[in-house]
Amino acid sequence: MTEKNLVLGSSVAFLKSELDLLMTDLRKNGFQTVGPHLQDESIVYSKIDGLKDLPRGILSEQNPASYRMIQTGKDRYFDFIPGSQSWKQFLFPPRHTLFTAEKVGKWQFVENEDPAPRYALIGVRACELAAIQVQDKVFLRDDFSDSIYRSRREGLFILAVNCLDPDATCFCVSMGTGPRLAAGFDLCVTELDEVFLVEVGSELGRSVLASRTFDLPSAFAQNTANQAMERATNSMVRTMDTTDLPHLLTAQLEAERWAEVGKRCLSCANCTLVCPTCFCWDATDHVDILGKSTRRERVWDSCFNPNYSYVVGGNTRPNIRSRYRQWLTHKLGTWKKQFDIQGCVGCGRCITWCPARIDLTEEVAAIRAEVKT
Amino acid sequence: MTTILINTTAHSAGYTDKLLLPHWAEIVKIIPEAEGVTTFQLKFTDPEVQNRYRFEPGQFNMFYIPGYGEAAISMSSDLETANGLLVHTIRHIGNVTKATSRLKIGDTVGIRGPFGTSWPLDAIKGMDVVIACGGIGLPPLRGAIHRIIRNRDKYGKVTLLYGARTPKDLMYPTEYKTWQKADIDMQVTVDRGDEDWTGRVGVVPMWFYHFRVDPHKTAVLTCGPEIMMRFVIYEALARRIPAEHIYISLERNMKCGQGACGHCQQGPYFICKDGPVFPFSALENIFNVEEY
Repeated sequence: MTEKNLVLGSSVAFLKSELDLLMTDLRKNGFQTVGPHLQDESIVYSKIDGLKDLPRGILSEQNPASYRMIQTGKDRYFDFIPGSQSWKQFLFPPRHTLFTAEKVGKWQFVENEDPAPRYALIGVRACELAAIQVQDKVFLRDDFSDSIYRSRREGLFILAVNCLDPDATCFCVSMGTGPRLAAGFDLCVTELDEVFLVEVGSELGRSVLASRTFDLPSAFAQNTANQAMERATNSMVRTMDTTDLPHLLTAQLEAERWAEVGKRCLSCANCTLVCPTCFCWDATDHVDILGKSTRRERVWDSCFNPNYSYVVGGNTRPNIRSRYRQWLTHKLGTWKKQFDIQGCVGCGRCITWCPARIDLTEEVAAIRAEVKT
Repeated sequence: MTTILINTTAHSAGYTDKLLLPHWAEIVKIIPEAEGVTTFQLKFTDPEVQNRYRFEPGQFNMFYIPGYGEAAISMSSDLETANGLLVHTIRHIGNVTKATSRLKIGDTVGIRGPFGTSWPLDAIKGMDVVIACGGIGLPPLRGAIHRIIRNRDKYGKVTLLYGARTPKDLMYPTEYKTWQKADIDMQVTVDRGDEDWTGRVGVVPMWFYHFRVDPHKTAVLTCGPEIMMRFVIYEALARRIPAEHIYISLERNMKCGQGACGHCQQGPYFICKDGPVFPFSALENIFNVEEY
């Protein structure tokens, strides 16, 4: 197949070793390739150089408060479902310096303009791409454009991957975000045993793919991929009834369930840190001992932290009941009104990583049941 | 967010990009206001910023002390009355605001803003105005008082109800005469009097029983402790003043001022950008939900 046949929407097939070369090409073009990597029996997202750094032959088994890796030994790289980390750590870094200032007579800024890294994300799942699109609405608005986020987002290369083996905590089908990718990527990969099927999603994706060796996929290969994706969709067991969800929650601010879940919730903030759409941050000063220089840093924060809602006179949400209610009614309720998009993408991380096994799909069902009774 | 509640001036000292970077400003004058409360007059270090900086009464700045952090502080005067200087009245009670008590003339601080919605001073022209405030709730309304006085003929009857804990806590006492001369019916009340106090002892909302309002043409502006505002709202609603004409200024933890850090989110709003000034009609479903 020649380069000129490659157009937006084209699908080709290439050997898995070609992905290795593609990552090399990306790095030669100034991208930092970041992707899934097996570390401490968990999938993390970190700098990767090629296929050797990907989690080969690894399946994940996720359940409420449970996360296990299973070795399959297969020559497959994307069978697992992502772990606690999400891509938000690259676009919205957990810690980032806002500015540095020095007192030389008067206070003044110290110029420090490090160019933003240009990332190529390798292995973005449908729910994760949806999460990036949710954060786009938060950070890139008409009335506020976050320069840290924007500088990373604008130069981004996204190699997406269709999920073929959802975990028990996944519910992207209910949220309408997956498991199959639709748009918004540069390249999208569906993994078969022998080859990757690659769909072109952008001009950048086309030009990166053009220098690789590929074939037209046979009807058989296409069919195998389609069947695998259908199986993935049908195999998703966890669901959330989203009917009239924002209204359901905002009309049930006094539901009894909030007190009940408030007793189980530890307010540990795990759910907000693993959530790929949670965007709250705090800013703190790191000052030298003489008080002559300071670095102001932005750090991830969570609405579950007691200090989060502190005003003079105390915390406006002193009870865990009200903090959990705040989180859920924002994420699944008023978020929609604020950003014209739903705040939850159905990735299930908050279910897997909640040490108290709180499952937001159960909580929503319980609140819905309270309305009916 | 589709609901635009009140027109807000653009971030006129603002940036198109570096919205989290403050402008340096110098302390020009310090006025001890009351026990633990100080007024600071400031001027931006950069003359260009000083020239273009505009705000509307009710808006706030993020006031930054290097090494300590930022606090959301309302402007407590309008620019015209303060000869173009930025005026902030600060109660020294939190981490940052306690640090402001050590500021000296000539010190530099950081200012980001202006942020948020303002008192609807154009929308309520032609109406009677009841300003009900308590404690540190007066400074955010003082700019509105200044603005009303300069356009006094544009407003009907103006009543100012102001409450403080003790007579020593009353702010701006030297200005009361000017305000009264401008035909503002000012009523002051304290929670506890002292030996010299001959005025009223009691709470702000009860003053509604001492005068008559015309519900069809009265607007209420209130700022103060939430419990006080709650009862001001009860009294105003009881007099059939529509919720759309009751304006309330809310306080929440804020880190950015632009609906980006999440802290002040409450229901469908970010208090920093959709507020702090709201018509009560926009809050009816959430204001009385405990801990929401």
